[in-house]
Amino acid sequence: MDFERMFAEHQDRVFAFSYSMTGIRAEAEDVAQEVFLRAWRSLREWEPERVAALNARAWLCTIALNVVRNRVRAASSRPPLAATDAALLMVAAPGRGPESAVETEWLASRVASLPPAQREAVVLVTVQGFPYADAAELVGRPVNTVKSDVHRGLAALRQLLEREEVLAV
Amino acid sequence: MSMVRLEESLRRLGEVRAPARLAEMVMDRFAVMDTPLGPFFVAWNRDGVSALHEVRHGEEEFRHWFDDRYRRPLARSEAPPPASVLRRFDMRGVAPFQRLVLEKTSQIPRGEVRTYTWVAKEIGHPKAVRAVGTALATNPMPILIPCHRVVRSDGVIGNYGAGGPVAKRRILDAEGVGVGELEKLAQRGVRYLGSDTTHIFCMPTCRHARRVMDRHEVEFRSQEEAFAKGYRPCKVCRPVGVAA
Repeated sequence: MDFERMFAEHQDRVFAFSYSMTGIRAEAEDVAQEVFLRAWRSLREWEPERVAALNARAWLCTIALNVVRNRVRAASSRPPLAATDAALLMVAAPGRGPESAVETEWLASRVASLPPAQREAVVLVTVQGFPYADAAELVGRPVNTVKSDVHRGLAALRQLLEREEVLAV
Repeated sequence: MSMVRLEESLRRLGEVRAPARLAEMVMDRFAVMDTPLGPFFVAWNRDGVSALHEVRHGEEEFRHWFDDRYRRPLARSEAPPPASVLRRFDMRGVAPFQRLVLEKTSQIPRGEVRTYTWVAKEIGHPKAVRAVGTALATNPMPILIPCHRVVRSDGVIGNYGAGGPVAKRRILDAEGVGVGELEKLAQRGVRYLGSDTTHIFCMPTCRHARRVMDRHEVEFRSQEEAFAKGYRPCKVCRPVGVAA
């Protein structure tokens, strides 16, 4: 597959993945950029048969997982996400429908603040729609672990929702 | 928010679209552009123009050259580069010395030329004349960064990466540099022109030198000769370098 086509077909998905993993648009752009540059560097070294046999969607996800994991390691000194900005935005924009950009922003920032294993599981399964088996392979953990990570992640998000929606009303 | 709604919202989070600038962050674009030397491939990105390359070698050759030089993805663009992009240059892939040379060269005005020695002096590496020649020969953005405006002090037009000496002469003529006159002066050993009214001496193509009337024009073979006769170097073309 040529790189331009791969980019055109997968840029939205890779960006959405990066956005829900980082919770910050600017950071998601940097992550997505790095994912595609890494992909390009690999593709140019590969034999055409290997490129042809590639499952681009899963492969790009693997790269993105690594990029995010490395960035988190590199920025481990960074202070944790403040639980205010997005909530304040919701206060400032009452009456917006649940589809609004504000809610998306709020949700992305909350997903990004989940513990790493839960975040990866929720993003792959619920946000990106991978089957449990595929998600388990991508993160390198047993299927049952991924299942319970998804459940715990969703429970944590629901709790946050209930607590912070009070603020938003 | 119910369980169903939460999952529904998360699914929608997965449908967020990438911003248009992501493509610009990942890939340089290229299109064909008309220049005084015929059609050229021009490549650009968010930081400005990254390459100009002759079309006659073909697109494959251009892509290989770009890949060798920058190791970045490149995609063809249907639209020409925006005018704002053509005024900036992406120097990230350019080594520091070459960058100095190219930045200095960008300052040579249209219709004028300088010498390799002049560029070397101006960037503070007066002995690196040969290295200046090499840096200009591998200029990745010819025409827009006017390496054609740098010539040899002995009057030979010198080589040119984007089409050889013939192309270099053509583009200089188009810019209003009297190449023939310049060569004749150099062949007679003339390096500088002065005015006997102002007692200032210049590079022969400096816009101040060209304003001097014939009957007031004085020729010099060296800066020593000019200094000995009480002339001072022009502050615009700086014929003996910045230090003077």
